[in-house]
Amino acid sequence: DIIRTIRDPEKPNTLEELEVVTESCVEVQEIGEDEYLVTIRFTPTVPHCSLATLIGLCLRIKLQRCLPFRHKLEIYISEGTHSTEEDINKQINDKERVAAAMENPNLREIVEQCVVEPD
Amino acid sequence: GQGLSRGDPMALSPGQGWSCRAVLGEGHQRTVRRVAWSPCGSYLASASFDATTCIWKRHEDDFQCITTLEGHENEVKSVAWAPSGTLLATCSRDKSVWVWEVDEEEEYECVSVLNSHTQDVKHVVWHPNQELLASASYDDTVKLYQEEEDDWVCCATLEGHESTVWSVAFDRSGERLASCSDDKTVRVWRRYKPGNEEGVACSDNEPTWKCVCTLSGYHTRTIYDVAWCHLTGALATACGDDAIRVFEESATGDPRQPTFALAAHDSAGPAVTLHCSASVLSTSVEAEPSRKKRPRVSFSRHMSLMARAVFPVSFLE
Repeated sequence: DIIRTIRDPEKPNTLEELEVVTESCVEVQEIGEDEYLVTIRFTPTVPHCSLATLIGLCLRIKLQRCLPFRHKLEIYISEGTHSTEEDINKQINDKERVAAAMENPNLREIVEQCVVEPD
Repeated sequence: GQGLSRGDPMALSPGQGWSCRAVLGEGHQRTVRRVAWSPCGSYLASASFDATTCIWKRHEDDFQCITTLEGHENEVKSVAWAPSGTLLATCSRDKSVWVWEVDEEEEYECVSVLNSHTQDVKHVVWHPNQELLASASYDDTVKLYQEEEDDWVCCATLEGHESTVWSVAFDRSGERLASCSDDKTVRVWRRYKPGNEEGVACSDNEPTWKCVCTLSGYHTRTIYDVAWCHLTGALATACGDDAIRVFEESATGDPRQPTFALAAHDSAGPAVTLHCSASVLSTSVEAEPSRKKRPRVSFSRHMSLMARAVFPVSFLE
């Protein structure tokens, strides 16, 4: 529920509408006392590298902010949907890259607009 | 006021025997990623995501930024002083490692820009007693650099990790290096000099580094930092699974194939034991809280003993 309403960075639709994310793409595993590993596999609409990383970033930010329980988060492009998926997966799961990206005012602005709760 | 825009520093509980003596809030525009004291203790270097490195000079509790090192194209990830105190290294997401020299007039000059890595450089560390520099990178390798005929060059590349190498640490002798990675392993590398008795081949009469031990299966997530205690020889790791682990080298091991075992742990589970009892310096400085998100583990030379206790480590993601 938290991620279905994230807006696509380029189109006026949500990620759910564009089938970038679905209920089945989310996996939750218990990894400790009250701690869960959340794994998301998303399917970008176009094979454009920077868009995929942007979606990955939006997913991470929204989940980090909204998940009510202790968690670790892994986000991947669903297998076979992208030629450089290993590169993208590495980027979107690198904590330091994510933190630095969110300090970039332009990127941050885009992400904030994509994750803002619908009225 | 200093630091108030980012939260009240007075809200921090300093802990036993520690007090916040200064907040250096005016130096950087973005996350301060790493700080490093000069060997003499009079200077502090701070590396930031704003692409600069500030050098602060200390007069008791007063710190002045005496210079700002610029040149990196984007986030500076690490800064380290060489033991001599005259050299400084920085590294960045721009894939480069910069070596800087400082003279008696506190003038800093970049003496080399090393572009050997093919991806972000996460960390730089100097050899304990030689002017040899090691770097850890997103390109899954560790590289070593030294000055040859007035030029800094990459003299070795350590390959083996299957993902980003986040940190490296030399042992006390400097003959071994430990690296930790996103691939959830720690690797120990040993230097073999030309003409070594083990018969390890060296090309160009240069020492070669070989991986002599891999610690796998202990860590369940990315290992962000590793520290090698120069007092006890123990290895400590900081991991994304919220635990600190301490490893001790088996006394009966073969130096060519050392084995490390997890230090005594709680029988109830994989809890890690780490208790630091240290004789600390009488003054301390706490850098302005930044958005660092990983535990850092390091052993100071002033640690007098390492006893054992259990405490779960957790940090905010």
